[in-house]
Amino acid sequence: MSSPKIPTARSGRVESFSYDDEIVKLFVIATMIWGVIALLLGVTIAFQLADWRVNLGLPWTTFGRLRPLHTNAAIFAFCGNAIFAGVYYSHQRLLRARLFNDVLSRIHFWGWQLIIVSAALTLPFGITTGKEYAELEWPIDIAITLIWVIFAVNFFGTIVRRRERHIYVAIWFYIATIITVAVLHIVNSLEIPVSLFKSYSLYAGVQDALVQWWYGHNAVAFFLTTPFLGLMYYFIPKAANRPVYSYRLSIIHFWSLVFIYIWAGPHHLLYTTLPEWAQTLGMVFSIMLWMPSWGGMINGLMTLRGVWDKVRTEPSLRFMATALTFYGMATFEGPLLSIKSVNAIAHFTDWIPGHVHSGTIGWNYMLIAGIFFYLVPKLWDTELHSKKMAHQQFWLATIGLVLYIISMWVAGVTQSLMWRAMDDAGNLVYPNFIETVVKIVPMYWIRAVGGTMILISFILMMINLYKTAKAGKKLAPVVYESLPLDDSSLEPHASVHRKLEGWPMIFAVLSLIAILVGSGIEIIPSLVADKYVVKVSTVKPYSPLELYGRDIYIKEGCYLCHSQTVRPMAHEVVRYGKASNAAEFVYDHPFQWGSKRTGPDLARIGGKYPNMWHYKHFYDPREVTQGSLMPQYTWLFNSKIDYKTLPKKLSVMKQLGVPYSESEITNAVAMAQAQAKTISDDLAQSGVPVKVAEMDIIALIAYMQRLGVDYGSSQEGEE
Amino acid sequence: MEILIILLPLALALGGLFVWAFWWAVGKGQYDDLETPGQRILLEDNQRTVQHKKD
Repeated sequence: MSSPKIPTARSGRVESFSYDDEIVKLFVIATMIWGVIALLLGVTIAFQLADWRVNLGLPWTTFGRLRPLHTNAAIFAFCGNAIFAGVYYSHQRLLRARLFNDVLSRIHFWGWQLIIVSAALTLPFGITTGKEYAELEWPIDIAITLIWVIFAVNFFGTIVRRRERHIYVAIWFYIATIITVAVLHIVNSLEIPVSLFKSYSLYAGVQDALVQWWYGHNAVAFFLTTPFLGLMYYFIPKAANRPVYSYRLSIIHFWSLVFIYIWAGPHHLLYTTLPEWAQTLGMVFSIMLWMPSWGGMINGLMTLRGVWDKVRTEPSLRFMATALTFYGMATFEGPLLSIKSVNAIAHFTDWIPGHVHSGTIGWNYMLIAGIFFYLVPKLWDTELHSKKMAHQQFWLATIGLVLYIISMWVAGVTQSLMWRAMDDAGNLVYPNFIETVVKIVPMYWIRAVGGTMILISFILMMINLYKTAKAGKKLAPVVYESLPLDDSSLEPHASVHRKLEGWPMIFAVLSLIAILVGSGIEIIPSLVADKYVVKVSTVKPYSPLELYGRDIYIKEGCYLCHSQTVRPMAHEVVRYGKASNAAEFVYDHPFQWGSKRTGPDLARIGGKYPNMWHYKHFYDPREVTQGSLMPQYTWLFNSKIDYKTLPKKLSVMKQLGVPYSESEITNAVAMAQAQAKTISDDLAQSGVPVKVAEMDIIALIAYMQRLGVDYGSSQEGEE
Repeated sequence: MEILIILLPLALALGGLFVWAFWWAVGKGQYDDLETPGQRILLEDNQRTVQHKKD
């Protein structure tokens, strides 16, 4: 059925082959298991925001530790496994070739599961890099790179051995995914290890922020969007049994999307100290994205023309149509949020988690459900267990999601307007941050209820698909026959030749990785050197104890609820202090600007309160702030500062360009102990036992009291 | 903003890679026909010669 213009040298011997569907089944099962865990974690942290007691007072069940686990599980475990299942199923069929290598497929599967397990074994224990969606520490980063390369080899190897000349649009989306995710992951994960479980980002401050959000935004683009669009272009036509509305539009969709997406990252950094032109660039490209995104949505929805009656009765089509609708809404909301004036209101508020979930639940979960309702009956050669149950799932998920999105709109806009409310005299109407928090707690309850409904809907799907698979038959593999793509397999040693064909591709992929890592390590240190031409002389590196305290701040995930950047807006300057300056962050490996203000900004917290206030606040936030949602951090009062790690930490920082002297590195322990004693002596005046000088809490207080002091005390930027 | 020395070439290289891929695809005749590829994926199942493996 191929076009006459595409050369198809269909002479030669017919080849028999079968598809590897066992690997697809494995990924389907893994998707379901990790999906329920990701949602369970999401519901847990949603209740934690509604009532702080759900944190349970344990370090590994506290919001700051579980939130990275939730996001990593949702993106890389749930969506990741679903991508691999869908790609491996469709790739083989679109190319009429078995996957390149069965062993690589298995290494890919088990390696990926091992990575997820290691995430679950590190993140709750505070082993984190402190960069959102890239929290996993360096040994796991390396494992991710290796497994991704194996995926790439297996994928491109299959393309090389294909029996179908034309590369269908879905495969183009997969190709863009594989290449771009590899580049993003490697560049953003460049870090220098301090120990097996701790590293510092190669970049600092504004530069780290730009790399992080270039990665962060493209993780959404190339992990949660392009692979799913590829899946959409395969599975919707298959499920509807109709060709895609316009193949021409799908080609335009693909190329325009990949060219525009990569530039949109800076919209996460509007009104920060990132140069304004970069912010504007990010905003403009984000708005441009609206066009290809909606082109894709329309193409998907129009594919259903003529079968809209089936959308009512067929669960797979119903979920797919809903997924596309949410995709359209999320990709309309995204460009809207990227407009600076809208962003000024929405950034740091709950509007953003609402937006994110209309993507991950509305688009990713719904599309996965649609695909699996088509795929599972096919894989296990049977009928779906219960359509009724699937429809119940549909309504639970949809209503739950609508509750989630609307409550977060209301919470976000309400809180933002309260933050910025000023009276005629230029005073804040709500000077106490906590007033704006208490106001939106009812919305947090509604969100938690919505999330619970989504979780229940997912459990229904698990039961439904499990019963479907259980009723299925185990068939001998189906053997297909097709002519080879060209004459090369006519040679006497055709089979040997075919085996070798894939290797140049593998070599190319490995070289690309080597070039990326190599150039990163070679070039970046030389670049970071001259950024220490400090523009504000009062900005000095952290003391050893403050650096230690900063690591605790990262470990506890404080950045997930507190920002560290004051935007140049009247109400922010009145509330927090002088607007941030890029020079303040030059020693911040990694940057800690955050992306959400569940609590207030901390960029100017240093010196604002006495030590004793912080001491009480970390033990029980409600003792000093009535109505606070913050968890208790009682364990910081019982765990001792590991002073001996300090010289190593300082020397790694020095390697990164932070100007610590040799004597500071050798005397790091003594310096830290002396500073700890000053703080504990101060606390002792209020009756705190002196032995607290050895505890983590002192280091964290030291860091808090340093934040924003250097620049805040300087005259620069004053009017 | 020295980081741009890395990010810009990288973004341009990625873009360049995609431009090359686009030219490659056009040159190979991938887009000469924009009608049948959409249809073909539906036929794939019918085209197969189904037989269960004999041991």
